[in-house]
Amino acid sequence: MQTGPNPDKTALRHRTGTSHQDPLAVRVILIFLTLLFFGGFVFLPLALVFAEGFRKGAAVYIESIREPYAIAALELTLTTAAIVVPLNAVFGVAAAWAVSKFTFRGKTFLVSLLDLPFAVSPVIAGLIFVLLLGSRTTLGSWLGEHGIKLIFSTPGIVIATLFVTFPFVARELIPLMESQGREEEEAAVTLGAKGWQVFSIVTLPNIRWGLLYGMILCMARSIGEFGAVSVVSGHIRGMTNTIPLHVEILYSEYNYAASFAVASILVFLALATIVVRSIMENALHNQQQTQF
Amino acid sequence: MSIEIKHVTKRYAGYTALDNISLNVDTGDLVALLGPSGCGKTTLLRIIAGLDTPDSGSIFLEERDTTGIPAREKNVGFVFQHYALFRHLNVFDNVAFGLRVRPSQTRPSKNEIRDRVVYLLKLVQMEWAVKRYPSQLSGGQRQRVALARALAVNPKVLLLDEPFSALDAKVRQELRRWLRKLHDDIHVTSIFVTHDQEEALELADRIVVINKGRIEQQGSPQEVYDHPANAFVYNFLGNVNVFHGRLRDGKVLVGDHLIEAGKRIGHHEAEHGQAFIRPHEIGISRIRSGKNDIVGFIRDIRLMGGQIGLELETAGFDKPIEAEIPRETWRNLELSRGDEVFITLDRATVFTGDYVI
Repeated sequence: MQTGPNPDKTALRHRTGTSHQDPLAVRVILIFLTLLFFGGFVFLPLALVFAEGFRKGAAVYIESIREPYAIAALELTLTTAAIVVPLNAVFGVAAAWAVSKFTFRGKTFLVSLLDLPFAVSPVIAGLIFVLLLGSRTTLGSWLGEHGIKLIFSTPGIVIATLFVTFPFVARELIPLMESQGREEEEAAVTLGAKGWQVFSIVTLPNIRWGLLYGMILCMARSIGEFGAVSVVSGHIRGMTNTIPLHVEILYSEYNYAASFAVASILVFLALATIVVRSIMENALHNQQQTQF
Repeated sequence: MSIEIKHVTKRYAGYTALDNISLNVDTGDLVALLGPSGCGKTTLLRIIAGLDTPDSGSIFLEERDTTGIPAREKNVGFVFQHYALFRHLNVFDNVAFGLRVRPSQTRPSKNEIRDRVVYLLKLVQMEWAVKRYPSQLSGGQRQRVALARALAVNPKVLLLDEPFSALDAKVRQELRRWLRKLHDDIHVTSIFVTHDQEEALELADRIVVINKGRIEQQGSPQEVYDHPANAFVYNFLGNVNVFHGRLRDGKVLVGDHLIEAGKRIGHHEAEHGQAFIRPHEIGISRIRSGKNDIVGFIRDIRLMGGQIGLELETAGFDKPIEAEIPRETWRNLELSRGDEVFITLDRATVFTGDYVI
């Protein structure tokens, strides 16, 4: 007795399944090109990061990672992300809410402003904040007199990262919230719900996957941000160095092994982000399929 | 709970959605706001609910001015065209929503909420679906859950915005009858918006015909259907043949045919007029029955359920005349395509004035 699928039928299904696809040669070439590109531009560099990191042996690798400056850089990077991601989640939800659920003057202008951080080079973004808050400016010197130092310190790094990663959450949520419309919120209001109840019981659950997805993109960018942070940080070791900056300093000191070892931390963070992201994407996809 | 709408006006950029509308709805009535899309009927419903604010005028619920009161405090049940169920909550939680969001002093206990929800779901025949999510229900089922959800908070008035228009014909008719029965049972003052004259005629106690932000006519379905106040209402409430022509002694001269007016509405001095006649008001016979009879040929015969639709071609009119006769008459007259018949238009209503369809 055969309990599995009939092998003949399975084979038939395979044949009919592929009969209307592209010819074999086209498929082989496309797959080959994809693999070549993937291997040359993604896999090889990533592998090299680890190879270089371990070139002088595991001891050096571990030492480079455990070194106080590296630990400080990791701490600063994670602290920055921990501040930036929640703040941008709040800003992003507020912006998306305003844009998608209300009509007001200057809405189109606001939407295009949301893209500004993407359009402006991160280095320029960093410079903007130096020019705005640096110790030689009016605002900066006034703040300095009151003992607040923003540029060349952690707050400056947070502010620059906030700016650069601002659009991720809002961009993710606006199309989602626009497609969901206002009717559910209106229904909640006619049933007597107060503003925060409408938001927490109706709006937030409807956008939760999109919000998480946007936050993950925001986190990935805030961990890896180099340009804007580089300008505002001042590169003070153990104080204002994030991981990307630390990697760059080690590299310019010809300390390649340590540089790549620390860089591998970034790779791990990025890989973890991609895994979480693909899980989110699936969840988001499933949710959209069950929408009506 | 009576509803009084006093001189409500609402303008949007470029057009006037509501132009000085005044309307009274008596307690326990089921009223239809009927009109073509874009006539302002949904805007009016949203203003009553407090989801929109009028530019001027006021809304009284039970003799209390509620114009500035936000929707949340109005205690009005609203049913949306596309159901607007909370997609991430199951049927039970959807219906319980309005009770659960109440402040703790007025919120019923868990058991009371459960009893109320179960009672309502039984009322709308959806008690089997408590654990289902909206996406697992058909359109008709969703709309019934939406109705239960709106009724959960004991609304003073129930407002329904094109509640059945997203459903297919059979479900629509079923739900329509069911809603009428439900209304007879619970008697909550209700207003529903529709562009479907059949729905309004079948369901409503009173019909308010709206066009371009103004009320054209209001009255019982029979009044509105049998005595349309103007050409728009006549035309909107069902299929109709329209003949444009010159007026002569209260009759309309179309080509070289004189159409006798059963009724005349409008200015007596007007030069031009239109004769309206519904397909089923047209008389068809094999022999001449009156001096105004028109000779025509049957161009097409259509089976329309119990009725037979005839497309008649005549020498004097440029458009074919649509007539409807009972199946029995059709059989007795032994009509077939190409036959010559005599057409009686004596029951036409003549409107004068500048109305153009």
